[in-house]
Amino acid sequence: MTATAREVSGAAGDPYLPRVFEVRSIEPQAPQVATFTLAATDSSRDLPFAFQPGQFNMIYLPGLGEVAISISGDPDGREGLKHTIRFIGRVTEALSRLEPGSLLGVRGPYGAPWPLDQAAGRDVLLVAGGLGMAPLRPVVKALLHEPSRYGRLSLVYGGRQPIDLLFAAEFAGWRDQGLQLCPIVDRAGPGWRGEVGVAPALVHQIKLEPANTLVMTCGPEIMMHYTIAEVLAKGVPGQNIFLSLERNMQCAVGLCGHCQLGPEFLCIDGPVFPYPRVARYLGVAHF
Amino acid sequence: MSGGPATGHAVIDKSEIETLIQGLWKSGYTVVGPTIAQSAIVIDEIKSAADLPIGWTDLQEGGSYRLKKRDDQAYFGYAVGPHSWKKYLFPARLTLYTIKKNAAELEIIAPDPAPRYAFLGVRGCDLRAIEVQDRTFLQGAYVDPHYKARREQALVIAVNCAQAASTCFCTSMGTGPRARGGYDLALTEFADRFLVEVGSERGQGVLASLASRPAVQADLVLADNQARATAESMTRTLDVSDMPGLFYENLDHPRWDQVAERCLSCTNCTMVCPTCFCHSVDDVPDLAGETSQRVRVWDSCFNPEFSHVAGGNTRPQIRERYRQWLTHKLASWVDQFGVSGCVGCGRCITWCPVGIDLTEETAAIRGRLEA
Ligand SMILES: Cc1cc2nc3c(=O)[nH]c(=O)nc-3n(C[C@H](O)[C@H](O)[C@H](O)COP(=O)(O)OP(=O)(O)OC[C@H]3O[C@@H](n4cnc5c(N)ncnc54)[C@H](O)[C@@H]3O)c2cc1C
Ligand code: SF4
Ligand code: SF4
Repeated sequence: MTATAREVSGAAGDPYLPRVFEVRSIEPQAPQVATFTLAATDSSRDLPFAFQPGQFNMIYLPGLGEVAISISGDPDGREGLKHTIRFIGRVTEALSRLEPGSLLGVRGPYGAPWPLDQAAGRDVLLVAGGLGMAPLRPVVKALLHEPSRYGRLSLVYGGRQPIDLLFAAEFAGWRDQGLQLCPIVDRAGPGWRGEVGVAPALVHQIKLEPANTLVMTCGPEIMMHYTIAEVLAKGVPGQNIFLSLERNMQCAVGLCGHCQLGPEFLCIDGPVFPYPRVARYLGVAHF
Repeated sequence: MSGGPATGHAVIDKSEIETLIQGLWKSGYTVVGPTIAQSAIVIDEIKSAADLPIGWTDLQEGGSYRLKKRDDQAYFGYAVGPHSWKKYLFPARLTLYTIKKNAAELEIIAPDPAPRYAFLGVRGCDLRAIEVQDRTFLQGAYVDPHYKARREQALVIAVNCAQAASTCFCTSMGTGPRARGGYDLALTEFADRFLVEVGSERGQGVLASLASRPAVQADLVLADNQARATAESMTRTLDVSDMPGLFYENLDHPRWDQVAERCLSCTNCTMVCPTCFCHSVDDVPDLAGETSQRVRVWDSCFNPEFSHVAGGNTRPQIRERYRQWLTHKLASWVDQFGVSGCVGCGRCITWCPVGIDLTEETAAIRGRLEA
């Protein structure tokens, strides 16, 4: 399919309306996970898709529905718009059947980003679990563009099996650029020489200056819970800890009510929050 | 809804309501107001004054609603029913856009323009409810253009309440029984006439199209007395002095388990509530798969799918869903929108099939009721 999207009259200002994008390439990433590179088909197709690390888009597949997906590309824009998607349900499984040239709807970017503006001069510890690596990859890219601006840069990344770790082909390059990368898996496979266990358990091994460390974590809530307990125990102040949360999301613009956590709308107030802002609610089961 | 200073009062005969309704239709408004359908006073299109529930009233209690003949011919002698004006400003089903798959492109087709409504018979609680929804749909980070178009065009004719239902508690919420602004015209009903208060220039224009005479001081005194008597007859109360803290501090209160034993998670309370705004967006493809409509539908935090995430559910039990509803309505709403999500209309009490009463649940959480 060639893509020529007609522009909609009166569409401006309607936050529910998507723009039409074309799938440029699909790169298998892990079992049931692939990275999609998308390009706009409208008049702004030649502009880079501007976003901040941690933000997400709503990806719309006509006839099926819309899903919230983090942007996993380099914020400098040179890679194009990238989304790393796990095929897990109705819409995402249909996404797995797309091919280069397929058209879909994109709205965004949405949400509060990671606090990269607070990272200069500090040690930065990233702790990712599973798909939680997708919204942290833009952080890795941004940090490694100018590693000298920061202190020690570390990433603890946990997955179920070695084969589930996303972006593994880039690990060597990231290490060369100055990232201390500690992958850890629940179950080792043949040839795995890394750690076995859960990500929070590795955190105490990471060298950092607690009072001057910024922590960013994304993954299953239980993993983030233990990670935060570990870094607090190391002496990192609560306000230096940021986490990205996930809830059902229908609109991404603060109107549908699905993503609430107490007073917060995850879509506009988050998904990235400073830990003290949500600590009270995260401790309440099923809130 | 254009501002303009609230100037002047006038008096109209009851027969002028017919002139009003006909005139509004002629000027291009779709007139909606109270009418009887399915043994209740609902809100629907009003073609003539004869469509109004003249001579009827309602008897409401927790879990119960009945119509009853009055012994007079009052036009507005009842409280609020199961519908609210949100059914027009924030329709229960609304096509946001249609997407058409052509050979090599996706075409996005905008929806039909919004209708222009005249609301006849908006009570004090519901005026506040509209203001509360304005904060959600018009004053947040993103504006909903569908709500905006309907809201900006809507003409609002309020009616002051001459009687309260047993489920009403607008005096606790500071929203009634008298209209407190936010209307174009406000009516107070007497035995043989209406007192009309003008709330906007647009309202002044509508009044000018009716046969009216100046109001006298005695009319205003009569209206004041009526409002006072209605307020004094109110039996329910809700103390919101310690919101939002009360709920945030009691998220693990045993009362949530007890209410969950009674609650059916039927969603009625959220459907009838004039401020509940939660919705889903569904795809409705045609059979050929060539076009698909994106349809916004009212959703409810009582629906299990509401908090579905691939591989789990944030609020699997009724306990957590009721807690979410009440905590949002009375506590987090204040943080989010600077105002309570409850206007004291009592609808959720009347229309709960098992008569769960948020004023009672709140008192229990506060520890003022035996658990
Ligand atoms: C801010 C944010 C960022 C995300 N980033 C990514 C990412 O980078 N990569 C990735 O693979 N996944 C990401 N997700 C999760 C992704 O949105 C869900 O996996 C996806 O919605 C599942 O849709 P489905 O139709 O395939 O599944 P189904 O289980 O069939 O879900 C049905 C519907 O429920 C809603 N829903 C289900 N799960 C979620 C969920 N976890 N979050 C929000 N809505 C949900 C969606 O509307 C979905 O269409 C993110 C979620 C959020 C909230
Ligand atoms: S919570 Fe109940 S009483 Fe309060 S506004 Fe909603 S329906 Fe009315
Ligand atoms: S509180 Fe009552 S109306 Fe609301 S969901 Fe439960 S049973 Fe239904």
